[in-house]
Amino acid sequence: MTVILNQSFTGISIGAVLLLIALGLTLTFGQMGVINMAHGEFIMAGAYTTYVLQQSISAAGLSLLVALPLAFLVAGTLGALLEWLLIRRLYTRPLDTLLVTWGFSLMLQQLARDIFGAPNVQTRAPDLLTGHISVGGVTFANSRLFILGLALLCVLGLTLVLRLTPLGRRIRAVVQNRDLAEVSGIASERVDRTTFFIGSGLAGVAGVALTLVGPIGPTMGTNYIVDAFLVVVVGGIGQLKGSVITAFVLGVLQAVLEYSTTISVAKVAVLVAIVAFLQWRPQGLYTLRTRSLA
Amino acid sequence: MKGELKGEGLTVRDLRVTFDGFTAVDGVDLDIRPGDLRFLIGPNGAGKTTLVDAVTGLVKASGSARFGGQELLGRPVQAIARTGIGRTFQTATVFENLTVLQNLDIAAGAGRRWWTMLRRRKEVPEPVERALETIGLSALRDRPAGVLAHGQKQWLEIGMLLVQDVRLLLLDEPVAGMSHDERQATGELLQRISEERTVVVIEHDMDFMRSFARSVSVLHAGRMLSEGTVAEVQADAKVQEVYLGRAAEPVPSEPVATAQEA
Amino acid sequence: MTTTVTSRARLARFRAPGGFLLGAVLLLGVAPLVLPDFRLSLLAKYLCYAIVAVGVSLAWGRGGLLVLGQGVFFGLGGYAMAMHLKLADATAAGETLPDFMQLYGTSDALPWWWEPFRSPLFALVMTVVLPMAVAAALGFFVFRRRVKGAYFAILSQALAAALAIWLVGQQATTGGTNGLTDIQGFFGYDLNDPVNQRMVYLVIAAALLLVMVLARQLFVSRFGELLVAVRDSEERVRFLGYNPANVKLVAYVVAAGMAGLAGALFVPAVGIISPALIGIVPSIGFVIGAAVGGRASLVGAVLGAVAVAWAQSTLSDAFPAAWTYLQGLLFVVAVGFLPGGLASLATLLRNRRTRPDSSGGAV
Repeated sequence: MTVILNQSFTGISIGAVLLLIALGLTLTFGQMGVINMAHGEFIMAGAYTTYVLQQSISAAGLSLLVALPLAFLVAGTLGALLEWLLIRRLYTRPLDTLLVTWGFSLMLQQLARDIFGAPNVQTRAPDLLTGHISVGGVTFANSRLFILGLALLCVLGLTLVLRLTPLGRRIRAVVQNRDLAEVSGIASERVDRTTFFIGSGLAGVAGVALTLVGPIGPTMGTNYIVDAFLVVVVGGIGQLKGSVITAFVLGVLQAVLEYSTTISVAKVAVLVAIVAFLQWRPQGLYTLRTRSLA
Repeated sequence: MKGELKGEGLTVRDLRVTFDGFTAVDGVDLDIRPGDLRFLIGPNGAGKTTLVDAVTGLVKASGSARFGGQELLGRPVQAIARTGIGRTFQTATVFENLTVLQNLDIAAGAGRRWWTMLRRRKEVPEPVERALETIGLSALRDRPAGVLAHGQKQWLEIGMLLVQDVRLLLLDEPVAGMSHDERQATGELLQRISEERTVVVIEHDMDFMRSFARSVSVLHAGRMLSEGTVAEVQADAKVQEVYLGRAAEPVPSEPVATAQEA
Repeated sequence: MTTTVTSRARLARFRAPGGFLLGAVLLLGVAPLVLPDFRLSLLAKYLCYAIVAVGVSLAWGRGGLLVLGQGVFFGLGGYAMAMHLKLADATAAGETLPDFMQLYGTSDALPWWWEPFRSPLFALVMTVVLPMAVAAALGFFVFRRRVKGAYFAILSQALAAALAIWLVGQQATTGGTNGLTDIQGFFGYDLNDPVNQRMVYLVIAAALLLVMVLARQLFVSRFGELLVAVRDSEERVRFLGYNPANVKLVAYVVAAGMAGLAGALFVPAVGIISPALIGIVPSIGFVIGAAVGGRASLVGAVLGAVAVAWAQSTLSDAFPAAWTYLQGLLFVVAVGFLPGGLASLATLLRNRRTRPDSSGGAV
């Protein structure tokens, strides 16, 4: 029983990480259809922001708290820059965007290598997050609980922004009908850039959280990027709840498979499960059904 | 080939299409006799295009649609196409990067065996040659279809249906955006085609309809409102109401339906 | 009016055999005469990448399928070949197991799935059939359900990542991170002998020429036209009575077979196959050459692949940082601003007339 509970908590915390790294993609890929391979490097930028802050703010707890908004800004700015430089020219060619942003991500990786060196760096976790809580024989690592809380907070925040603010309404309007939105007086280009800023910023926040559980290095983004995309693919385009459910289901599936087999077999099995799932729902878990040629 | 009636009848019974709770086609019955040149008219959002989508397998529908004795609903798009039904779209969709000739050759070739497919095209197949003449694009055969004028693209699409040797053509607003002369030419082309095949045309242009229709069906809000000859339909009070009458009265489903159509 | 082929196509018919002859003379005659052993073996490696690029050009350039998992097929072909060569090496040395298995292995017996690779014929067939079978399985399920192009690209990347991770995890039977290394012989020929290395080069060059002939036939055939049609408007093709899934499947499977062949030839040329040659990064690397040279042009893709591989091995040792920036920039410029690659630049200069796309005829 304890084993099952422990494994499901492991699964949920894997799911929380997946959710955090995929959340930004639900905006940039899900809402805008841009396959941004540099998303992983925005995660890296967030992680390095945490690292740099710790050099100047020695109190680990405070620096982590400051890092969250700062990483959002740093990664968001990089994202907006990428959108302005390249992506806005490529909205009609989504597959080419993939390759172009991959090129951009290579340059960001090298930039990180030039600034911080090729080896991984470490950050110190605040004391509060190094311990763990035990309830009835089940262990909850504090850092994992923090990531879970952060992920849920981000989902909540994003939902509120999309549902309640004028910005959210504009984003949804542009996604649903760009031409109509433009003639209604919405500056769709600015909305695109803002959407991209938020989506990339969320990658930065994910990067801060990942410093608690993994190494920080120039190529850390490549470890996460494909998993993040798979979450959005399975979750379905343009729907937040699809990604949320998928992240946790995939997390638990991965944890269970890892427990019963090995990590490498689990990876392959999850992929097979995803392909099988797409047989049943080729457009993902949630989709808007419309009549269109594509 | 000439003289032989190649058309076959389309029989639709109680057809229903629903998009996320919105009913776009609501129990339509439709009988189209072989060799008919039927116009399908109705206001925006009446369900005309959705009806064609359902018959050609693009959207899921309930009810029944039979062509040449075969049930169509529930079969994949390409299987329905192979029963001899072809369609065009509101926006002309030709293969822009291929030449006119290549477009037609592909349309003619769904039944080709794989060894034919793997070889180069040595000569222009006879049906392709005839279709080029019929649609008047012989001189432009080696042009990429992407550089054709709008009307020429529509003709190329019709030509593709001819070489595909379909027995039922479903055309979605074939003369939209055409000049008067082009409309006239297209209408005459459709009349010639309907001597051998069955043709169904979705259209908004009432003058065009009056000039060329053999029979007319009027759809409104997903239901069949009226059917008959042009004169009969024009005399129908219900049709006059929909087209002329209380236009100011908002139809509740209209905005949704328009969005679907876009 | 019933002329056979257009004048433009007729001209191209003379150009293609001429170009092929020139390529054959350069690759099989001039290069082995002019280049020293070391350069020639490097060229052999580049030509392996060029073989992959031919498949990429078919599937991506013509079919619009962004094949980001070619490393998987390259790897499967490579491992199939390397497994046989390792077994042959072990037999020649009087051992029962390949060297790495004696080091990391947990059992004295050969794993059952290694056993058939003792047969050279089985191994050779598998280098091509195995990748094609995997591609057919993935492609069948993905194309059948009309999964979006972007999803396909992501899934094939995920497959590359999964295979690389799996190989690393099975150290005892696959050599793990190291891969299968230190291969000595090639069907009885000692690979340390420069004469035999030259022979391997000639085999690879001949294979490239063969694969290009095959691809060109597919390009100019009715299938090639249909493939472009599917790329441009899949739904329209379906309304003409074709099943686009089958068309895409053929292109994808053929491209996978070419990548498998390239992987198999890579092993004797370089002496190693490892997970580092298979994962996401090398898989995207296989695409960059085709993108730079011109994805829809066969010759462009081949030259692009060779040029990028050459630049990589020349620059990456001397200026690793600069090379990475340059690689990134190549991607951005070639794909973002010159989608037809360098080949389109040549066409643009040749005939100033603006055409929507050259994918109909230029090879």
